[in-house]
Amino acid sequence: MTDLFQIAGKTYHSRLLVGTGKYKDFDETRAAIVESGAEIVTVAIRRVNIGQTAGEPSLLDYLPPSEFTYLPNTAGCYSADDAIRTLRLARELLDDHKLVKLEVLGDPQTLYPNIRETLKAAEVLVKEGFDVMVYTSDDPIVARELEQIGCCAIMPLASLIGSGMGILNPWNLRLIIEQSQVPVLVDAGVGTASDATIGMELGCDGVLMNTAIAGARDPIRMARAMKLAVESGREAFLAGRMPKKLYSGDPSSPLAGLIATK
Amino acid sequence: MIQLSINGEARPFPAALTVLQLAEQLELIGKRFAVEVNGEIVPKRLHAETTLNDGDSLELVVAVGGG
Repeated sequence: MTDLFQIAGKTYHSRLLVGTGKYKDFDETRAAIVESGAEIVTVAIRRVNIGQTAGEPSLLDYLPPSEFTYLPNTAGCYSADDAIRTLRLARELLDDHKLVKLEVLGDPQTLYPNIRETLKAAEVLVKEGFDVMVYTSDDPIVARELEQIGCCAIMPLASLIGSGMGILNPWNLRLIIEQSQVPVLVDAGVGTASDATIGMELGCDGVLMNTAIAGARDPIRMARAMKLAVESGREAFLAGRMPKKLYSGDPSSPLAGLIATK
Repeated sequence: MIQLSINGEARPFPAALTVLQLAEQLELIGKRFAVEVNGEIVPKRLHAETTLNDGDSLELVVAVGGG
């Protein structure tokens, strides 16, 4: 059974999106990402290291844009202006590429998003024709406003970036999922495979992660675990879980035909 | 002699040059990069015809690993 996933009019098979940071080297980056089955990979935009980069391989050599859909991000931006500027550069860098991840941070310690600046940046970017996947808090009202602005995917945090704390407020995620007409992806906070599965079981359309894979003892194995976790959670969501009850009094084995007891 | 600010660092050049010539000097040809001059992006198709002047401030960026 095919279960495809669409973002900004393009169809994908994998519902796992991965970051490309924090790996030991580019070989490991590529190996983990290939193992994860991800088709969309996030990248950051940074200043050229003048004089030191000449002749060195780049990320793009290992993850060619012909093979993966790039999702340039605005990681490290603390204002709408910086985020907009970064993504305009990304669009130029990647030949008029329009799919972007907007994240505007509000605090360097927690990396919690600054919603006021995020909304401001989203408005400008959508007007400029970007397809904006937006990182946000798990506030359903904010999520709705971001969708109304025209963002193509809403990406609430499960918990703080890089914390690995998992899904701390499944009920808010449910509210966002239920109200949204665009894909909802859990972005940030996933620590291990079960977190990704829980997100997908809630009905998320996908999961975006970086540290959970790159920070595992064996990143390549964890990449595979995450691929399976996302698939598994999606299947369980589509299958529809049995209702929870305190007890059932209804064993799975038949009551009839028991041997005689004294 | 002109002075350019590239990624926040002052750099002298013997004479005015184009963005393309600068990219050649910095061994960026064949790499994917984007350039902003005084806050305005200079698209690739204009690299050969955009001359950099004394005091111009440039940002040169690439894609790197990130989450």
